Amino acid sequence: MKACGHVFKYGDNVDTDVIIPARYLNSPDGNELAKHCMEDIDQEFVKRVKQGDIIVANKNFGCGSSREHAPLAIKCAGVSCVIAETFARIFYRNAINIGLPIIECPEAARAISAGDEVEVDFDSGVITDKTTGQSFKGQAFPEFMQKIISAGGLVNYINQK
Amino acid sequence: MGMTMTQKILAAHAGLPEVKAGQLIEADLDLVLGNDITTPVAINEMKKMTGQTVFDRDKIALVMDHFIPNKDIKSAENCKCCREFACRHEITNYFDVGEMGIEHALLPEKGLVVAGDAVIGADSHTCTYGALGAFSTGVGSTDMAAGMVTGKAWFKVPSAIRFVLTGKPSRWVSGKDIILHIIGLIGVDGALYRSMEFTGDGIAHLSMDDRFTICNMAIEAGGKNGIFPVDEKAVEYMKEHSVREFRVYEPDADAEYDETYTIDLSQLKPTVSFPHLPENTKTIDEAGEIAIDQVVIGSCTNGRMDDMRAAAEILKGRKVKKGVRCIVIPATQAIYLQAMKEGLLEIFIEAGAVVSTPTCGPCLGGYMGILAAGERCVSTTNRNFVGRMGHVDSEIYLASPVIAAVSAVTGKLSGPCELGL
Repeated sequence: MKACGHVFKYGDNVDTDVIIPARYLNSPDGNELAKHCMEDIDQEFVKRVKQGDIIVANKNFGCGSSREHAPLAIKCAGVSCVIAETFARIFYRNAINIGLPIIECPEAARAISAGDEVEVDFDSGVITDKTTGQSFKGQAFPEFMQKIISAGGLVNYINQK
Repeated sequence: MGMTMTQKILAAHAGLPEVKAGQLIEADLDLVLGNDITTPVAINEMKKMTGQTVFDRDKIALVMDHFIPNKDIKSAENCKCCREFACRHEITNYFDVGEMGIEHALLPEKGLVVAGDAVIGADSHTCTYGALGAFSTGVGSTDMAAGMVTGKAWFKVPSAIRFVLTGKPSRWVSGKDIILHIIGLIGVDGALYRSMEFTGDGIAHLSMDDRFTICNMAIEAGGKNGIFPVDEKAVEYMKEHSVREFRVYEPDADAEYDETYTIDLSQLKPTVSFPHLPENTKTIDEAGEIAIDQVVIGSCTNGRMDDMRAAAEILKGRKVKKGVRCIVIPATQAIYLQAMKEGLLEIFIEAGAVVSTPTCGPCLGGYMGILAAGERCVSTTNRNFVGRMGHVDSEIYLASPVIAAVSAVTGKLSGPCELGL
């Protein structure tokens, strides 16, 4: 499985309140939430994001609340992968559980710039910045998490057991 | 190699003689928690699962607390969805208007969590129950759905940071100041994926409410959980609130910790987190001149009896400064009632504050105290992220109930010495 798209770049500690502000949490509908994704730090995101695009951020992406609405909003906005130096742990779980591909890679997170065209190969963990020609090796998931991801999320994984 | 307190609880719930940091395990759960924001999403996920029934109707707690009494039509629909689900599955511990409280104040009060438990909750502040010597951690709605159906959750066994608390805190220093100091020390990702285990002779000086506040904010340092040893105070609390048997786990003498911090509580000063991260801490005497528009005293962090009493001690016989809105939110119905019996509500109202029914409300920018552009709030809540309480150009200063109450009186961020205390 591969993801390929243009990059939206953010810094450290992107929290779930800016990914999807609580004033929109009265709806659990992913497509509704996606309309307001990243609104409080980047009003252009929703206008410019295209299917397959990639978010790249620095450390502790997704810190704060446990709202699954955050990875859901990102997924439903069309984002194919989030690359970060590190992820906050609840966001990490939630992304795996709902089938939003994420990958930890400090080198890629620091080197990739906004607007670059990036390809991620989930089987090998290789991240390629097609704009600069650089490539990076991301942190592979433990086998157990790979099973959840390849099942398409935790619900399917449990159904298969 | 020995195990930490958290590792021992996880091993027991996974049916294993021992576990190691980094090991993936499946643990049996004693309680699965959700609220009016996260439960509807979990219910949707549960509908996709083949086994659509709950594993144990007594081991699920659903607390309507974020946007209730319903703030708008969509919130009303969410609560209706939870209510119907609770009715259909005969959920024993469903708490709606009239019985509810803010979940993390309510569950210990109702005796639903005791020492030795393993608890997940679809709310990041589920880590609060570590104060009772339980393993509890926040998860998302899909984990909640899986937990409700299977009674299990997968965990990566965490390593731990040990915080040795020594000495006695001075008069105006509370659990809030201690945890803000720690977050300032290690940063908002300082405990990422790890446990924060508290120990040391200083713990004897901390009330249960102080400990709930400290564990509540473990997540603000990125922690998987925070946990206290079970001492006489914790046992007394559990006997008073619960009929359940509890199990005490102590860390092995040779348990391994990634890091150890020793903190002399007697040296701490009231501490404030400046916008827009909990790690941006300053002591109150370094705060400078910060004029404010609003004060919020409440939340799962600081809406308990200790907090109500501390705020009332300051506000008694004083007035909230004209131009400042002071909003007091007791965290549960029982706390509300107790505050009424002790005359605290009268003190708040006489001072010019408003008192609200229990709700998470303003903490996450829901309602009951939203900020306009350029406004500043001193709040006893747990997060001061951009836009958390309203407009993206508003500011939140996180502090203890004492600092919040003093600031309400002076109209600026300030400590008790400003009032000659």
